[in-house]
Order: sequence, then C-alpha cells, then structure tokens
Amino acid sequence: MELFVHQVLAGLATGAIYALMALAVVMIYQAIGHLNFAQGEMAMVSTFIAWQVIQWGQPYWVAFTAAIVLSFLGGVAIERVLFRPLHNAPALSSLVAFIALFGILNSLAGFIWDFDIKTFPTPFGSKPLFGESLIGTHQAGMIGVTVAMLALLYLFFRGTRLGLAMRAAAANPESARLVGIRVGWMRALGWGMAAAVGAVAGMLIAPVVFLEPNMMLGVLMYGFAGAVLGGLTSPGGAVLGGFAVGVIENLVGAFIPYVGRELKLTIALLLIVAVLMVRPSGVFGRQIVTRV
Amino acid sequence: MGRLTRRTVLAAIPGAMSLAALPAYSKKKYDTGASDSEIRIGHTNPYSGPASTYGVIGKTEAAFFNMINEQGGINGRKIRFISYDDAYSPPKTVEQVRKLVESDGVLLLFNMLGTPTNTAIHKYVNQKKIPHLFIASGATKWGDPKNFAWSMGWQPNYQSEGQIYAAYIMQNYPNAKIAVLYQNDDYGKDYVKGLKDGLGDKARSMVVSEAPYETTDPTVDSQIVTLKASGADLFFNVTTPKFAAQAIKKLAEIGWKPVHILNSVSNSVGGVLKAAGLENAKDILSAHYLKDPTDPAWKDDAGYKQWSAFMDAHFPDGDRTSSFTVYGYTVAQALASVLQRCGGDLTRDNVMKQAASIKDLELPMLLPGIKANTSPTDYFPLSQLRMQRFTGERWKLFGPIITGAVQS
Amino acid sequence: MTFPARAVTAVAVVAALPAPLLVSSFVTFQLTLVMVYGLAILGLNLLTGFNGQFSLGHGAFYGLGAYAAAVLIDRWEVPYFCTLPVAGALCFAVGFLFGMPALRLQGIYLALATFALAAAMPQILKFSPLEPLTGGVQGIVIAKPDPPLWLPLDADQWLYYFTLAVLLLMCAGAANLVRSRTGRAIMAIRDDPIAAAAMGINTALYKTLTFGVSALYTGVAGALGAIAVQFVAPDSFTFLLSISLLVGLVIGGVGSIPGSLVGGAFVLFVPNVAEAVSTGLAGAIYGAIMLLVIFVMPTGAAGFARIALARLATARHNRVKS
Repeated sequence: MELFVHQVLAGLATGAIYALMALAVVMIYQAIGHLNFAQGEMAMVSTFIAWQVIQWGQPYWVAFTAAIVLSFLGGVAIERVLFRPLHNAPALSSLVAFIALFGILNSLAGFIWDFDIKTFPTPFGSKPLFGESLIGTHQAGMIGVTVAMLALLYLFFRGTRLGLAMRAAAANPESARLVGIRVGWMRALGWGMAAAVGAVAGMLIAPVVFLEPNMMLGVLMYGFAGAVLGGLTSPGGAVLGGFAVGVIENLVGAFIPYVGRELKLTIALLLIVAVLMVRPSGVFGRQIVTRV
Repeated sequence: MGRLTRRTVLAAIPGAMSLAALPAYSKKKYDTGASDSEIRIGHTNPYSGPASTYGVIGKTEAAFFNMINEQGGINGRKIRFISYDDAYSPPKTVEQVRKLVESDGVLLLFNMLGTPTNTAIHKYVNQKKIPHLFIASGATKWGDPKNFAWSMGWQPNYQSEGQIYAAYIMQNYPNAKIAVLYQNDDYGKDYVKGLKDGLGDKARSMVVSEAPYETTDPTVDSQIVTLKASGADLFFNVTTPKFAAQAIKKLAEIGWKPVHILNSVSNSVGGVLKAAGLENAKDILSAHYLKDPTDPAWKDDAGYKQWSAFMDAHFPDGDRTSSFTVYGYTVAQALASVLQRCGGDLTRDNVMKQAASIKDLELPMLLPGIKANTSPTDYFPLSQLRMQRFTGERWKLFGPIITGAVQS
Repeated sequence: MTFPARAVTAVAVVAALPAPLLVSSFVTFQLTLVMVYGLAILGLNLLTGFNGQFSLGHGAFYGLGAYAAAVLIDRWEVPYFCTLPVAGALCFAVGFLFGMPALRLQGIYLALATFALAAAMPQILKFSPLEPLTGGVQGIVIAKPDPPLWLPLDADQWLYYFTLAVLLLMCAGAANLVRSRTGRAIMAIRDDPIAAAAMGINTALYKTLTFGVSALYTGVAGALGAIAVQFVAPDSFTFLLSISLLVGLVIGGVGSIPGSLVGGAFVLFVPNVAEAVSTGLAGAIYGAIMLLVIFVMPTGAAGFARIALARLATARHNRVKS
C-alpha cells in the first residue's frame, strides 16, 4: 500500500512534466490544426536561452522572462517565415516541416551548447514536501504552475476578445476573415503563445531531468501520449492525460509482475491505445463530426 | 623497438619531430591507407541522436591528431583522421564503415563507439582483415582473438568491473540486499551479469530488486522508488551520465542512503557528480583507470599538465570536467604509440602485430601503476582498475590495483 | 501510366541494370539500400498516400520483417529468398490485425497510435523472455547470401539484382492494385470516406486490407534490408526510422509509386551530403535541405514532376493553337 501511494505520488510528479508538454502541444494544435513535432526542441532551446542569460550573470527571473519573451517572438517568427508559405500544402508536408525544424533546433543546440548535462535552477527549491515523501517542493511547484497556466489560458480564450478571435480563426478561417479577423496573425499569435508555454515547460522540466539537447525527446513522446489520451481538443483533458500517463506508467512498472519492469512503456502505450478504442477522440476530446 | 617506458612515450609523442628527422629506416611496406605522406584512420561516433554525449570523444581524438600533425606526424607521416556520424544506428554504422574501408581506403578502424554498432561490422572487418582497434565499448566479445583476430577492445570490460564490485561486496557487505538500476541494453546487462557472476550462488538471494530503464525515459524516479521499496541497503547504479545524475539526486531527495556503487562510465566529478550535487554524492563507491581531471590531487602531476596543455592549445572548447576528453586523449595516445612502433611497415598485418604486443605501456592520464598490455591471446589492453570513494569533493583511491577477471 | 511516366520508368529500369557493374561495391550497397527504403516507403505510400490513413509507425513493420528474416536465416537456416514471403505474410497478418482497431481512429489519433507502436518496438525486441529467439540487445548477425555459382557476380552485385527484381515485381503489383477496382475503391475511401461508403464500398474491409498489404510491403523491405546490412538489433528500429520513412514519403511524393524511390534516395543520400558539409551542424543542414525541398515542392518530387509536365503540355498546346 505504501509503495502504491509512493508510486502514485512519483507518477504525479513525473506526470506534471508530461502535462506541461501536453498543454503546449494541444495549444498549438488548437491554433493551427497540426501536431508540432518540434515543440520539445523549441522548449529545449528556450531553456538554453534562459540558461545562457543566467550564465551571463542575470538573476533567475530576468532569465525566465527573457526566455518567455524571446520564445514568444521566436514562435511568431517561425510561423510567419516557415509555416505561412506551407499553409496550403498538404498536412503531411507540414509534418515534414516540423520534423525538419526538430532536426535544425536539436543540431543547433548541440553545436552551440554541447551535449554535456547542465544544471538548471528551480525557483521552488528542492526540499521534500511533507517530510520524507516523494513530492518535492519543485514538483509541487510544477503542478501548481501547470494548473495556473491552464486557468490563465482558459480565461484568455473564453474571456477576452483576442481569445475569441483566435478561436474563431482556428475553427473557421473563412468566416473569420469575413468578419475582419486577421487570421494569419491569429495563427502567429497561437504559435507565439504555444512557444511561450513550451518555454515555461522546459524551464520547469530542466531542473529535474538536467539540461542537454536531447532532454525533451522522451518527454515529447509522453506529452503526445498524454495529449492524445486526454483529447487534442481539450487543454484541461491534455493536462489530466499527462498526469494519468505518469501515474499509469509508474504503476505498470511497479505492480505488473514479470513484464511490468521491462515493458513499462509498451504497456502504458497499449493502455492509451485501448482507451482510444473506446473514446476515439480522447477521454475529454470533442467527437469529430463530419458533415455529409 | 624495445620496451616503451612512460618517459619514452612522453618524449616521443610531443617530440615526434625528432624522429621524423631521421631517414625512414627499414623497408617501407604499405597497405591501403598508408603512404609516404599519410596514414588514414577511420572512425565512427554518435555525433547526433540520443547518444550524442559521446561525440566529444571523437572531437577530442580529432584534436589530438591535429596536434600530432602539427608536431610533424608519426614517423614523418601525417594522420588523416576520418570520422563519420552513425547516430548510434547499426545500419548507418555498416554504411559508414563500408565507406571508410571501400571508398576512403583507410588503413585501420579506431575506437568506434558502441556495442551494437560494432557488432554490426564485426564479421565484415574480420573478413576484410582490417585492424579494428581499441573499440569504445566494454563488451567482452572484443577480446576473442581466436575467432576475431582483427578486433581488439580497449577499456576494462564491463563484466570484469561488475565482478570487481561483487568481490568488494562479498568482502565488506556479505549480507547486503542489493538493488540494481540498469540501462536496458547490452552495456547495462553486461554489468549486471558481471555482478551476478561475481556473487555466484549468492546472487539470487542478495539481489532483491532490479529495475531497467530506457534511454527514452525522461527520468528514472519511478525506478528509484521501486528499488527503495524493496528494502535494499546496497544500490548498484549502472547508468549513463545523465541518468546517473538523476538517480543520485533522487536518492538524496527521498532520503535513501544505501551503500552506493556507481559504474565507471558515469563517475566524472565535473560531468555527473557536480550536477547531482556534491553533498549528495558523498560516500559513493566506484572504480576507475583514468585520472579525474577535476581532482586537485593531480594538479602538479606531469601527466595531467600534459593533458591540460593539450586541451588549452588544441581543444579549448572541450569540456575539461568530462572524463570523455581524458578517455579520447588516452586511447589516441595508445594508437599513436602502436603506429609509431610500426615504423615503415604500415601493412595491416604489422599494425595488428604491434597492437597485439603492447608491453607495459604507461600513458599520462592512466592512474599510476596501471599499464596497457596486450598479447596474441590477450586482446584487452586495459584490464586494471582501482576502487575509489567520493569524499564529497573528490575521489579518494583506496585498495590495490585489481585486475579484471574476465579475460579473452 | 501516361506516356512520359512510362518512358521515365523504362529509362530508369534500363539505367539501373548495369549499375553494379560500373560502380564500386560500396555504391552498389548504397543503391541496394535505396531500393530497400524505396520499397518500405512504397508500403507506407499504399496506406497513407492511396488510402489516406496516417501511419507514423511503419518502422515497426520494417523491424518485424527484418527480425523475421534474421531469425529464419540464423536460427532455422532457411534460405534467404524464402524469408521474404514469410516476412511478408507475418507483416500482413500483424498489419491486418492492427488495421482493425485502427478503423476507430481518425487522422492525428491514428498517427499517434502508430507512433506509439514504433516507439514501443525497441522495448518489445529487447524483452528478455524473447531473447533466445531475438538475441535480445545483442541482436542477430546474418551471413551474406552467396551469388549462384553460375553467375559471375560478387555478393554485393547479386544482392543488388535480387533486390531490384523483388522491387520491380512488387512495384508492378502495386501499380496493378492501384489501377484495379480495388485500387479505385481504396482511393475513393481516401478522397471521401462517406461517399465511398454510400456507394457500397466496404470501407472497413478495404481499410484493414490496405493496412495489411502496406505492412506486407514494408515488411518485405525490412527483410531485404536485414539481408543487405547483415545485422539486426533493437537499436536499428527506433521511431527515428519511422520518421525517416515519412520524410521519404512526402519528399518523393505522396501517392506516387516512382516517388517512393526518390524518397528512398533522399533519406539515404542527403544525410551523408549534410554531414559532408559540416559534421557539427549535419542535422541542421539536413533539416534545412528538407525545408527547402518542401517549400519548392510541397507535393513532393512526383507532384513537382506532374506540375512541370502539365505546364509543358499547356505550353505546347498554346504554341500549337497560335
């Protein structure tokens, strides 16, 4: 029983990482209708930028803000320069463009900052919460930030005119243009916001997994799993999906006899696919309705 | 050329110029890749992909050969070091090695990294009779001169190291309950095998929990939790640098203080322990054969100063806290020594012959007392280790030099 | 096929025949791999290009076919050419079985489910209880097939011709399939699944069959690849392979059979080109080339060729008119 509780808590802690990533992935998906394979690498580069600012002697919060601002601008730039020309191309071509971006960012980061692991500070400290338990202050901070970001984004999209305009542009670009919304810029804004969310994710994940160019590889995969489980149309669902993936994987590894240890990832993914069989658009996703 | 002592090596390598001034003695014989002016060396490394941390080894070696060339080359011949990226993917290694052998015409293959990658070309290079020297992998299969006469290992193999730890455990903690964290690939499994073989019949009762992880796992936190719950009081940590740092940090976070044995791959102070938190790494045990460049004990050591000068002059961007640069430097020196002894006979046969007759080669960054030795029946140049304990600031060596038990 | 397409194909086949006799062993080996990847991409094309089902996991079928061949050759000493049908049949079965639950998933969700399959593949291959069969993390080494004694070819050349023969056979099969009623049904499902169903096409059956056939093609390619490389290991079949196949598919041209080979050539040669330019930034240069190609030819090489030919035809037509 104690092991179960510990594994669940550890799962929530790791799940916070996946949830953050899943949130960024879903945000971009909602803005542009494509899955951003380069999301992890963008987050990684943002974190490196923050790290570099810290190396230049600035305090953490300056680096944090700088990374977010630069990531936002970077996201907007990437959309305008790289993806606007592809906006009429088939979906698969966009996918390849994302893969290309992944390769470019990964290679550049390795070239500039090398492949050895670096520490990245956390604003939350690393003391254990509740005494000797397995949730540290940093993990609790991560969960808190995820929930806070979710709330902020919800308020933005539901409560502001700009948020409404962005939702309109994503849902029905033609009609949105007809009412005067600059669809292109809405998309760019979506990219910028997703990049900024990714930056926050990266800066919170790095203290746990250590900063290096390949740190986001596994995280992105689990982030996708969480997003798919929760539903790509539901940011809240994606976050819950991320936590679920973390907990499921831990429980599988600890409690399924014989195969659990070695097939943790396989079984976790299998479970997610099984859930998709029952709810093909994710647990909280909107069912895709096609008009005939 | 007689016995090579440390002095000769230290003098010969930086001072190759003096030898180059001598007329090339003995008849000159060349195989593809060698000529009057150059020796071509082939190499693959993961410069991209998930294993790219090891790419720095290749870069160190390239810098080393640049230095050799600046000093006049080996016996007057420049080294052309051709290194390709295989991204740790065996099919890519096959392609790159075939390119090196058939298209670039190298004389020999040197310090290629990885076990599956080298396994993929193992048969090929032996069929083609290409010297496949100083493989950067601790698998035991590289010391098999009877069946694979052209492939030679370099570092103390993983199973030997595992057995050394087992012997230590039997001597000092005979009733320990052991938990093992290991990477789910050949490297991790080899260490575990070595440990279990060393424990013999007691392995089943002593090893109470084993947790594998994949390189795609973001963290190993879950595995650590499971291992702690097993009630073990000794932790065998078989992880690569990133995961080692994560594990050490997690152990401290959950307040678990078992006897902690860390594999030599990840015991770099600057590369791993510092990231994990030096206080958290206190009392960790490990074994090693190289000097740790961040250890102040070596500050005035001649070997360290030589390596340090090399890094300053030829690889200033290199990570001075990483053990990988020391590794690359040392193994490149060993190759230089072998090529030196070939003289003008640069046939592949002679290269192999010289490689299989290394006698007590002392290299600047090897721990004092540890020497490289090979023979036609012993294809493991390095098989000695010393155990060390981390004081919270540096590694403190203890105990005698131990020779690994798993030989070819 | 149209006349230009047929002409180009004929020229390509004729050019491919004497190649191994003119170039070095190493280039022959590379060309063999180009054909292998081209065949694997053709498999993916059948599913994604012709049937509209996204798959990011075809590396798994490639790996399955490769291991099937390796186990048969190494453990049971089956002659190498017999391993191809077995690998194909096994992959067909697995693909068909996978296609059934896949019916429930749409677009992105299917892509990610297949991606999950590819991501889990290395772990499955390393699974300890399977080790006596798969060799676990050590992998399996395969002996190189010898050319028949009555041919004056070396092993690499023989393998090239063998692969070429298999490729031509399977391309012809694919072309036939596409041109047939089944092919039209498959493409109808891609273009408008609801209309197709309304017309009486059994979409479920065709979709799962296509999954099976697609897996079969990629599985045979995997088997050929294993024989060419002479080694299989879990690390050879990570999700990066699936990504490469997808890149090849798009660059070559979605829905084009000859495009698959262009894609195969791209994913084999361009990374080497990128590495030659700069070892440190090889990945970035490869990515940049990919982006450039996508910008210039968003519908891939085949799409580009189609557009170019159409423009030429219009130009000729205009000239004739005036």
